Amino acid sequence: MSMLELRTVTAGYGQFTALWDVSLAVERGEAVAVVGPNGAGKTTLLRVISGVIPPRHGDLVFEGASLAGRPAHEVVAHGIAHVPEGRRLFPKLTVAENLKMGAFLPRARKAYRESLERVSALFPALAERQKQRAGSLSGGEQQMLAIGRALMSRPQLILFDEPSMGLAPVMVLRLFDLIRRVREEGYTMLIVEQNVRQVLKLVDRAYLLEVGRVRMEGRAAELSEQDFVRKAYVGL
Amino acid sequence: MIDPIFLVEAAVNGIMLGGVLALLALGLNLIFGVLDIVWIAYVDLVMVAMYAVYFLVMVYGWPIWLGGLGGVVVGVALGILVHLLIITPILDSPPVNQLLATGGLLFFLQSIATFLWSTDHKSVRVSLPSIELGGIFVSYPRLIAFVLSILVMVGLYLFLTRTFIGTAIRAVSQDRGAMALMGASPQKIYVVTSAVGGAMAGVAAALLSIQYSVHPYFGAAFGPITFMICVLGGLGNMVGAFIASFVMSEIIAIGGVVWSTEMGYVIAFALFIVMMFARPGGILAKRQ
Repeated sequence: MSMLELRTVTAGYGQFTALWDVSLAVERGEAVAVVGPNGAGKTTLLRVISGVIPPRHGDLVFEGASLAGRPAHEVVAHGIAHVPEGRRLFPKLTVAENLKMGAFLPRARKAYRESLERVSALFPALAERQKQRAGSLSGGEQQMLAIGRALMSRPQLILFDEPSMGLAPVMVLRLFDLIRRVREEGYTMLIVEQNVRQVLKLVDRAYLLEVGRVRMEGRAAELSEQDFVRKAYVGL
Repeated sequence: MIDPIFLVEAAVNGIMLGGVLALLALGLNLIFGVLDIVWIAYVDLVMVAMYAVYFLVMVYGWPIWLGGLGGVVVGVALGILVHLLIITPILDSPPVNQLLATGGLLFFLQSIATFLWSTDHKSVRVSLPSIELGGIFVSYPRLIAFVLSILVMVGLYLFLTRTFIGTAIRAVSQDRGAMALMGASPQKIYVVTSAVGGAMAGVAAALLSIQYSVHPYFGAAFGPITFMICVLGGLGNMVGAFIASFVMSEIIAIGGVVWSTEMGYVIAFALFIVMMFARPGGILAKRQ
């Protein structure tokens, strides 16, 4: 059984439908990417999984439990952490306070010290800036903090929404290295990315989303070899 | 020319008044910061809690400190009730509807207080002397109210900065949606915030009870100045509200001695209007 499974999920905002009958699966220990052009519904997909918006139709099963329609704060408790688009840090709270808020769940709060040590080991730059306000960090540091904050909830699955957005090219490469290290810690991950070339190097499998539908799926290596993907997204 | 000693005395009294005003402004600001809703009827909740203190002390004979604590409990209960009964159903409504709903509560509370308790001024009689310090007279109840309000504000500061839930309240005021992704139920945070805001109203009610008599229109006397302080400090800005409380109370106190109490209010409101043009984001906001 897959860790996460979406079965013919349709979702949107008001009159607008952003996702049409999307089916997708993530196995335990896997890293999966969702790529596609702007407006393909990638962010909506992650928001449906983390409970920010409910699916209109279809089902969402995580570790055997249906999470469709459950609010965001309950989904986190099931072990899904969402690193949202634009990071969504608490800018006036310090780095330490942001990490603390990541451990808001009762079970995460109990393991707070241990989680903090793990995150500090992964991101030494954050450990040095404990007392600094999150809003004063550089873009790369903010993204590290957003990831660190997600790890504090002790998730099994991490959703990344455009982690490289707004970062300088050098920082993008460092960020992908960091995500690779997070992966090596054994987390399962689902990543939405514009930087298709980099993300396909990182993940096992990928889905190509276009105007709200799954257009293609396959092993990352195979997908990056396809002419269509190369021309349209990898830029080769 | 006025004897400078009167000015000093007015300044000292202004600081005393500022303490309690700050308590009200911080309570109102805290709720606004988290929920984005201005509780127009906030000071009317104070009025109801003052009646509670009055009845507990004067009718049921509780000692004043216990009656004051009773007022705080009533404040907390009112805060939670207002959130659950009035705010929750209209949380996603346009701001104007929310304003009308809490404004409606104001008239409801004024009317029901008039109906139940008449328009008579009721006061908790505390016979405490004034203290003389180097020719300045300070009333003892005012001094107590000031010291306690400062202590409660220190407590609020520690709650918001040192506790998990307090930090979460600040986090929600910065990004509601992100805090839900951390596993915090927004409704739970709202209820806690409303309870804390209600507690501030209850403490203010207890501290105002020993200085002023209560009547159904008490909210009309202290409400406008509280809103002005919040706006002057920058809505949602706790430090700004704290500073603005003392600026306003000083203007009223010193203006009251130099001209008259009414003139003090006129100057305070005039300054408020000028500041709205000069610094619409509040006294601590950076200039555009």
